[in-house]
Amino acid sequence: MTIFAVIASRLSKAILTLLAIAILNFFLIHAAPGDPAVVLAGEAGAADEQMIEQLRERFGLDQPLYVQLGKYIAGIVQLDLGYSFRQGAPVAELIADRLPATLLLTMTAFVVSLAFGIAFGVAAAARVGKPSDTVLTTMALLFYATPLYWLALMAVLVFSVWFGWLPGFGYETVGANYTGFARVIDIAKHLVLPALTLGLFFTAVYMRMARASMLEVSQLDFVKTAKAKGLSDPVIRRRHILRNAILPVVTLAGLQAGQLVGGAVLTETVFAWPGIGRLMFESLAARDYNTILGVFLVSAAMVILFNIVTDIVYRIVDPRIGARS
Amino acid sequence: MWKRFRSNMGAMIGVVLLIAVIVIALIAPLLFPDGPWQMVQRPFLAPFAVDGLPLGTDTLGRNVAAQLAYGAQVSLLVGLVSTLVALLIGVPLGALAGFYGGYADEGAMRFTEFFQTIPNFALAIVLVAIFEPTLFSITLAIAIVSWPPVARLVRAEVMSVRTREFVDAARLAGLSKPRILIQQVLPNTVSPIIVMASLMVATAILLESSLSFLGLGDPNAMSWGYMIGAARTVIRTSWWLSFFPGIAIVITVLALNLIGEGLNDAFNPHLSRKGKA
Repeated sequence: MTIFAVIASRLSKAILTLLAIAILNFFLIHAAPGDPAVVLAGEAGAADEQMIEQLRERFGLDQPLYVQLGKYIAGIVQLDLGYSFRQGAPVAELIADRLPATLLLTMTAFVVSLAFGIAFGVAAAARVGKPSDTVLTTMALLFYATPLYWLALMAVLVFSVWFGWLPGFGYETVGANYTGFARVIDIAKHLVLPALTLGLFFTAVYMRMARASMLEVSQLDFVKTAKAKGLSDPVIRRRHILRNAILPVVTLAGLQAGQLVGGAVLTETVFAWPGIGRLMFESLAARDYNTILGVFLVSAAMVILFNIVTDIVYRIVDPRIGARS
Repeated sequence: MWKRFRSNMGAMIGVVLLIAVIVIALIAPLLFPDGPWQMVQRPFLAPFAVDGLPLGTDTLGRNVAAQLAYGAQVSLLVGLVSTLVALLIGVPLGALAGFYGGYADEGAMRFTEFFQTIPNFALAIVLVAIFEPTLFSITLAIAIVSWPPVARLVRAEVMSVRTREFVDAARLAGLSKPRILIQQVLPNTVSPIIVMASLMVATAILLESSLSFLGLGDPNAMSWGYMIGAARTVIRTSWWLSFFPGIAIVITVLALNLIGEGLNDAFNPHLSRKGKA
């Protein structure tokens, strides 16, 4: 298959998946205890009788279920994710406002954790069984067991409250009105703690994968050949093992994207990072179901898109994949 | 096999830690007969500030040690039950897909793939938020987001066991297909399922604590995540309120992960020597 055929088939599959999630959302609204109109309007008090009546009419809640489903899906296809009565704005608009912050956070965390994870994994594999390997694997095991949001809180406590090195709150300094380069620096400073804490868990995951993959590849015959040729260990590691071991790690890392987005909800909550995860958290307290479901759909779309991108990158980097399928 | 497991130091540390947590959960009502909700002293007491309150009091003057002990009950219960439910969904689905193949396999795998694509923590949030947070809905939501890897694992195991000679022998002996699956094939897939299950309990505990941290815990059950969530706003002044529950989670999850890895190494000695994670 050519790259374009792959993209086309993956995109059509992605659209089907998103459609299925939209249908799931629809049935969740109807499965929720209580009147769907009230569910859509959010917590009672935000909506008056008249508004609920309007909603009932607009979504055709007096009509058969399949008609309602049709209307709901038609809305989503037109990027209408409903209206947040709590925030007084269309959900799609709210999400679009917050999406860049989430993308910045998750992408930074992804790149940082992949780089550190592979570096540590390779280092541990090179010293397998030695004390430094034990230290690295124990650290990975520990971070793997640490709740992300707790690590984030402790990071705020140590680096922001106690040492005062880094801001532990928000996206940029409020009221500072930085522009240009100063603003970039300001945002970068705010990004350090959230991205590192979100990334640490995944660093542990990728490190374990990289270590295992390195050890597995180092058992293969071509490595023996390289050794027999008299190449030094570092050269074999860098030029023979690493290149073959890294690809499965990148694929598996791509599949973890869903977890990264889930982790963003927690990290953004702790750091008051103005992304869609924080939006979801705010909507939870307000029982703003429209927004919750909207964020859910968009985060699923993000994950799917991310998977497609890693798949394509993978095919470009390793032409054997295309030849095989 | 037990010998190999016992000689694994990490796994034994895990067992000891887990037993400690289980014992604390079990004797919580004996240690703290007043329960975790009772106000015992003035709020925000630091650890060891007052005798009998080794971990201090929380924002409402409740005993943090008692809260931790009762929180262990909730974490272990939700972790265990949600894993069992996930196995109840994943094992039959994976077994049927792997054993019968064809359309059944195609359909089951599409279904599994769909659930794997959805970001699982986000789905858990949506489910618990819509169905109101109770221990029941939380457990079910965690099970619903955790079963897909089980189905994939069981499918792969069943597919490989299915082609072994003893299965052919059973077929020749005239056993019916369902009987072959249940009596001959499935028992041979148990060990990887046990390894996965022990790691799933750990993940489930993390998920439960994350949900209750976000305020999606059962309001009638004291949980570690809730404690951290409630103490979040006072972290500047009372760090220990978020610190201790976090340590409790780390210890429990770490113990389960160590046990899972120990089991894995014990079941697959040839893999463990290579140091496969």
